[in-house]
Amino acid sequence: MLNSKISLKLTFGVVLTILLVIGIFAYFNIQSENRSLLTEVVRHANQLSDHLKADMGYDMLHHDRGRIRDGIMRMGGQEALDGIRVFNKSGEVIYSSEPAEVGKMVDMNAETCFRCHSASDPLVHLDMEQRTRIYRPTPDSARLLDIINPIYNEPSCWTADCHAHPEKQNVLGVLDITMPLSEVDRNIRRSQIAVVVLAISAIVILSLIVGFLVRWWIGRPVQDLLRATQQVAGGNLAHRVEVKREDELGMLAMSFNSMTDKLAEARLQLFQSDKLASLGRLAAGVAHEINNPLTAVLTNSSYLLKRSQGQPETRDDLQVIVSETIRCREIVKSLLDFARQTVPKKRKADINQIIGLAAKVVENQLSMRAVELLMELDPTLPMVTVDANQMQQVFINLMVNAADAISDNKGIIKVTSKPISLSPAGVLQIKRALCRKRHDLVDRKVQIDGKPAISMRYRKKKQTGLIHLNPMYGSNEHQLNGMPDIDAEIEFMCPDCSASLMAEGELCPVCGSPIYAFEVPLKGLVQGCLKKGCGWHRWEQVDSAWNDEYVEINVIDNGCGIPSSQLATLFEPFTTTKGQKGVGLGLAVTWGIVDNHNGTISVESEVGVGTTFIIRIPVGP
Amino acid sequence: MKQIRDILVIDDEPMVTQVVVKVCSAEGMTISSANHAFDALRCLEEGEFRLILCDIMMPELSGFQFLGELSKRGIHTPVIMMTGYSTVENAVKSLTSTGAVDYIPKPFTADELLTVIQRSLRCGALLEKAESASLPRSGAMSYVPCPTDYRRLGYVSWALMDDKGTAKIGVSDLFVRAAGGVSRFELSLPGEDLLQGIPCAEMTSPDGSKHNIMCPLSGRILEVNTEAQQTPALVEKDPYFRGWLYRILPSNPASDLQWLSL
Repeated sequence: MLNSKISLKLTFGVVLTILLVIGIFAYFNIQSENRSLLTEVVRHANQLSDHLKADMGYDMLHHDRGRIRDGIMRMGGQEALDGIRVFNKSGEVIYSSEPAEVGKMVDMNAETCFRCHSASDPLVHLDMEQRTRIYRPTPDSARLLDIINPIYNEPSCWTADCHAHPEKQNVLGVLDITMPLSEVDRNIRRSQIAVVVLAISAIVILSLIVGFLVRWWIGRPVQDLLRATQQVAGGNLAHRVEVKREDELGMLAMSFNSMTDKLAEARLQLFQSDKLASLGRLAAGVAHEINNPLTAVLTNSSYLLKRSQGQPETRDDLQVIVSETIRCREIVKSLLDFARQTVPKKRKADINQIIGLAAKVVENQLSMRAVELLMELDPTLPMVTVDANQMQQVFINLMVNAADAISDNKGIIKVTSKPISLSPAGVLQIKRALCRKRHDLVDRKVQIDGKPAISMRYRKKKQTGLIHLNPMYGSNEHQLNGMPDIDAEIEFMCPDCSASLMAEGELCPVCGSPIYAFEVPLKGLVQGCLKKGCGWHRWEQVDSAWNDEYVEINVIDNGCGIPSSQLATLFEPFTTTKGQKGVGLGLAVTWGIVDNHNGTISVESEVGVGTTFIIRIPVGP
Repeated sequence: MKQIRDILVIDDEPMVTQVVVKVCSAEGMTISSANHAFDALRCLEEGEFRLILCDIMMPELSGFQFLGELSKRGIHTPVIMMTGYSTVENAVKSLTSTGAVDYIPKPFTADELLTVIQRSLRCGALLEKAESASLPRSGAMSYVPCPTDYRRLGYVSWALMDDKGTAKIGVSDLFVRAAGGVSRFELSLPGEDLLQGIPCAEMTSPDGSKHNIMCPLSGRILEVNTEAQQTPALVEKDPYFRGWLYRILPSNPASDLQWLSL
């Protein structure tokens, strides 16, 4: 499972990292909180101990043992304290909040005492850490904090009336305070739980968010793409990935779609040529078989015709046989020619004129069926380089087909022609443009015709400024903001990083000025000239995919229409929608001719409404 | 002494041989028929013929294999190839193979058949004459000498490549003479594409017979010799220089030229 899904892997990796980071953070957080809480308690205990020592000092100087004992008992009885003891130098308990302990000797080797008494000469000064001890009296009891505070000999002690202490003694005894840490431990536990809960919820929430985002941004589009590749691999070339985004995966989906389109086209082409190849073999066979009996008919009839001088009736009949047999010969020949896909004899021709000639041929047929033929031909149509005979055949085929599709009396066939421009110029919007350091030049703050413009900085000598290019490829309506005219000294650069946007070593092929260049991700380099009145531009990847000028001819009928199930195979040989009326070669021939002219033919149809055939022929140079 | 007949027709389709026999006999020619190549070879052992009409696609031995058999046996009778499967390859091979002189696609009218037969018979007679005058026996024989580095498609047409990459094409003197002279040319227009082995012009003889001139090179017509079109006699007089027909831009000279002879 984990190995099979990229989004799961990615989520797992990110969650693991989050777990590690938050875990380490929580651990050190707990540690430092423990430490600071304890330090605070120790400081507090030390204050208390100092306070008590100062308080007792007075009573000690007056040797008022009763007051000292009372004080210790009173303090020791407080809940915050576990016990208070005063030891003398020899380890005897002089005072204690636990009266039973008074007079007891402590073992000098006990851990508490050993800290100072380990050396032969006992230590006099101890730092805070050495004076405190945290321990558990029994394994299951709460922790206790024990702090000792040495009572030093002071001049007032040896000059006091009681003369209880000689001057040479350094330390007179020790004040020992024991505090329970149960409250502190409770606090520590509470904050530990809080940190752990926080950490766990942070991990869970982050994991959910990461999981969702990864699924949304990567998992789903990758799944879509995967499904699409499986569909395409399974032969469904009509499948398209829905392009929802503009990131790399969106681009990938777009490239995938265009790849599938090209593949579908190539497959159609291959199918078609395969079909044509089998048709060729068939035609060869048919031609050979038919031509022999035709030879007998044609030679005999033409021979009889030669000998039938003076027999006008017979002659006329024979003339019909001869001419009809010659027509058969031409049909078989054209079948062979089609199978051979003869090179079209192309020359400059007027498509409107060819349509007119084709209309003349089918005129009779149409008027017999009361079908009306309407023409909407654009007189400004450019001349195209075509084989006029073959193109005429195309229009005849389409018009006859249209007439066959019309069964009632209100049939109308409309033939239209118009020049169209399939140029990318003015159609394609540049949505991302990058400098060499990958800064996006598309500036959403500046818009031209409601579309974010492409911003560049220019510099010429000391003059500099921002210009905004129209993002519609091929449009020359830029905002040049008073930029001086282009010459060799001008320089274009990225407004963000000042990386050069000059096409190095290249000049405008039209006017020879320096040109700019930027990259459109995944779609190659866009170059252009900003010289006034020039407007040259190049986008190789896009330009090469578009052929500028076409002539479009539509043949529209209001006949019975073609069911969508038949549309896919419509142009294949031996496909007919006419039942017994047709052989199914007409549209295959039509397709072959249009394809030979580098044109395209497509069909739109709705059952009961009608059919439109759209032919586009490139105008060419 | 073997009997000499005019024509031997070979086709696996009896209908075709029957009709050819009928038409030729009516024109006063002596004719025999065979239904396959071996049958024809037997006929050739028994008698001599001035011309052979042979189908290309036949079972057992094809028309081209039959030509090989003829040359093995030292039979130099000119052969007209016929076929119902008229491809460019068949046409070119029929015009260039040793022994074959002409080509006629099926189906044909009686006139078309007779035109080809008459032309080939005259051609055979001209070649015979050349042989008896101990000139080399080939299409190269001509009354108007054919210049060197001219390439010829059989005895029908010629092509001359120039250093600009274009080529002039025209009709050979033997073809014009075999056709019985020329009174008219029907030529294509500049810009049209020509295919090797496919008719590129129609020549009408003074007797009214029409002859298709097979194109020696594929390519696009750049220029048409209007002089030759206006004065067809020029072609008869000077077929290799002023009598050229088209200047073309060859589309596939490398593979086309291998079919042409020097």
